[in-house]
Amino acid sequence: MTVSELHRYTLSNGLRVVLAPDSTSPVVGVSVHYDVGFRSEPEGRTGFAHLFEHLMFQGSESLEKLAHFRHIQSSGGTFNGSTHPDYTDYFEVLPSAALERALFLEADRMRAPKLTEENLRNQIDVVKEEIRLNVLNRPYGGFPWILLPPVLFQTFPNAHNGYGGFEDLEQATVADCAAFFDTYYAPSNAVLTVAGDFTVAAAQELIEKHFGDVPSRPRPERPSFAEPPPAGEIRSDHEDRLAPLPAVALGYRIPDPIDELDAYINYLVLAGVLADGDGSRLQQRLVYGDQLVTDVGAGCGLFGPFEARDPDTFTITAMYSPEVDVDTILAAIDEEIDKLASTPPDAEELAKVTARWAATLHKEHDRLVSRTLALGAFELLYGDPALVYSLPERISAITPDAVSAAAKSLRADSRAVLTISPAPGAAE
Amino acid sequence: MSRSAEEIGRTERGPRPLPPLGEQRAATGLSSVDKVLDNGLRVIAVHQPTVPMIELRLRVPFAGDDPMHAARAEVLAATILTGTDKRDRIAFDTDLALVGGELSAVVDPELLSIGGNALASGFDTLLDVLADALTGATYPDDEVEGERGRLIERITVARSQPSVIARQALQKHRYGDHPFTREMPEASDVAVVEAADVRALHTACVLPRGSVLVLVGDVEPARAIAAVAAALGGWKSDKSASVLPPLPEITPKDLLLVDRPGSVQSQFRLSAQAISRTDPRYPALQLANLAFGGFFSSRLVENIREDKGYTYSARSSLEFTPDGATLLVDTDTASAVTAGALLEIRYELGRMAMVPPTESEVDTVRQYAIGSLLTSTSSQGGLASQIAALAILGLGVDWLTQHPDRLKAVTVEQVAEAALEFFAPTRFTGVIVGDAAKLTALRALGGVTLQ
Repeated sequence: MTVSELHRYTLSNGLRVVLAPDSTSPVVGVSVHYDVGFRSEPEGRTGFAHLFEHLMFQGSESLEKLAHFRHIQSSGGTFNGSTHPDYTDYFEVLPSAALERALFLEADRMRAPKLTEENLRNQIDVVKEEIRLNVLNRPYGGFPWILLPPVLFQTFPNAHNGYGGFEDLEQATVADCAAFFDTYYAPSNAVLTVAGDFTVAAAQELIEKHFGDVPSRPRPERPSFAEPPPAGEIRSDHEDRLAPLPAVALGYRIPDPIDELDAYINYLVLAGVLADGDGSRLQQRLVYGDQLVTDVGAGCGLFGPFEARDPDTFTITAMYSPEVDVDTILAAIDEEIDKLASTPPDAEELAKVTARWAATLHKEHDRLVSRTLALGAFELLYGDPALVYSLPERISAITPDAVSAAAKSLRADSRAVLTISPAPGAAE
Repeated sequence: MSRSAEEIGRTERGPRPLPPLGEQRAATGLSSVDKVLDNGLRVIAVHQPTVPMIELRLRVPFAGDDPMHAARAEVLAATILTGTDKRDRIAFDTDLALVGGELSAVVDPELLSIGGNALASGFDTLLDVLADALTGATYPDDEVEGERGRLIERITVARSQPSVIARQALQKHRYGDHPFTREMPEASDVAVVEAADVRALHTACVLPRGSVLVLVGDVEPARAIAAVAAALGGWKSDKSASVLPPLPEITPKDLLLVDRPGSVQSQFRLSAQAISRTDPRYPALQLANLAFGGFFSSRLVENIREDKGYTYSARSSLEFTPDGATLLVDTDTASAVTAGALLEIRYELGRMAMVPPTESEVDTVRQYAIGSLLTSTSSQGGLASQIAALAILGLGVDWLTQHPDRLKAVTVEQVAEAALEFFAPTRFTGVIVGDAAKLTALRALGGVTLQ
């Protein structure tokens, strides 16, 4: 694998920096990860972390509303941001001549964003449209990432809707925004990543020039979001008047992704053995063998692996015909998991998963935006961006016995079962 | 610490100037080979060894005017990788997985597309699997039967998606019953497709002559071409792959309001005739389109999202059709602001024609077009898909590498001409899908017919 030489250091205001030079293409990626996601938003303010992400694009001391977008795009660049359970990221990919601009834009909003009533109201409207588009007006909207957590988890941080309810969004105030910024958007609570075509010395100089005088503020203490796993099987049904077919999502608790990384990776390999490719266990049994479901998937994390701290979720999802009883599907899944728990997978099964993961990671790293974001997220969550490059090796070191043990822990008496039922009178 | 928003938004030093752009290093040249094999297949291989992977894209012109063609083609795409004399479905998956690979097939009214990738060390396996499917697919009865059932359910699910409903309505509204509109077959047609129909379709239509295979990645182009010639030598036919007949020009007419009771949002899909990439006016149209709605800093997004808050996403784009192109304007808005959004979209179309992009707007979109081309082609997968799209039009890698110069040469006047010619509101038609009972205000604006 092509491994960029990594340079890590911390500015005097606490901002952590990761540099990954690579001159293959004359483009650069810049990202800033803030250590706050929707698990940290206060009760009564669901969706606030994501709403705040929108506001960070709405101007800062040196930049009028819309200027941020125009400056990136008129430099030939692309941009976006996204809100996760435990962090919020912002990023640009640009021709390398625009590196200083990207740093300037990120520094300006880290130092002095313009949080105004007018922009807040406008972005509440935009976010409500985003929710209508992706959740309310769409069959299976929010399945399973919004709908499964309230079944699996009990506490507000883990269980609530990260997109937020309209009432909570509408009640957000500029004062809430100011408090949220001052608490969580401190340089000491962030990671700046630059990857691609630049020289380390030049980048360091530009970073000091633009971020060096962002005043330091204390890093907020991260509360523990720990809570016990379910004491039984918890079931919940969600009626969806737009969905034509029923669907099911299973949620299980898995080891701490940060402190027990290898134990966590066992589940990643297990997910591959269960559902990755036509030859995988659940595809063979549920889709092609018993023909109970149309599609089945399994994985770690509600948005993918390595993007949340503890507690994280293992999910199995499937869509099926109304004639099939969900308990028949659950029994077949449990039987396949039991088989793996009692007889470890063979070497070829694991070799398939390992090779596909190696290829997946190569493809991700080949896209500068994914590589930049992965380096930043691994620095933020693990304090070790180089993990990005050693993952294939760690995945290939997983043993059949470890996968078998992981399967054994996916117990029917400690999981969430969410079903989606097409409501009577559903759209055709 | 508790600062107010005003205190947060200013510093002692005050606003700072935007730094200038630095010196841009040019992209290094692409080493490639573009060759037609003895069997008529065009192969384009590009060396881009950024990661030890190979990306593969096969495009087979796959038109058919039989009313059952779409259903048969859909079943073919779903089962072409499920059985040969050498491999069953599991063996396909296992052989690919062991080299970190994947292949999948999709079909549309114009093309059968098979795409995928593998670790570079598995290149020969990837080609062997592809060749096996192209020359030896048997379409086992039980696989055809199983996929038929799953396809019917997937079609049911897809047809419940607002975006799919809107796309189907648009296709029918602008092209009537042309085969181009059959992007998703009827479930009832899929239900009666037999394995024998699919085998016959494969023999008649999965053909090398007129097709193109693109390979991008960590392999020397000459070796790639030789490997393809050896692996696919047995894929032969005297006939050529079948090309879709030309589309009728889009006739401007009223927007069609398609009722979807209970919707909380309305889907806008507007369209007008445009021109293909080979037309000399194309680079100017590309820039005009960006300025109108082709990227975030565009007139349409700044108006209906960032000013009015009517939508999360609005865009305009060029859709390349078999013999030309169309302009598409799409957005989704809450029912209550649908009429307001239509007013603003029409206003921006009219303004585009009458108040064309300024020099500064043109500079911005020009930089964006050049920069985003650089970014999108810097990954193997992005480059492979771009080249495959061009190759079907008869273009090659050169077109891509020369395109930045074409964009640099466009004048502000040419963009203004393109804006007037292609964005005039009178050239458009399209559909709005939404809850008609909540959209009565549309009547006041006119130019909208209820289905």
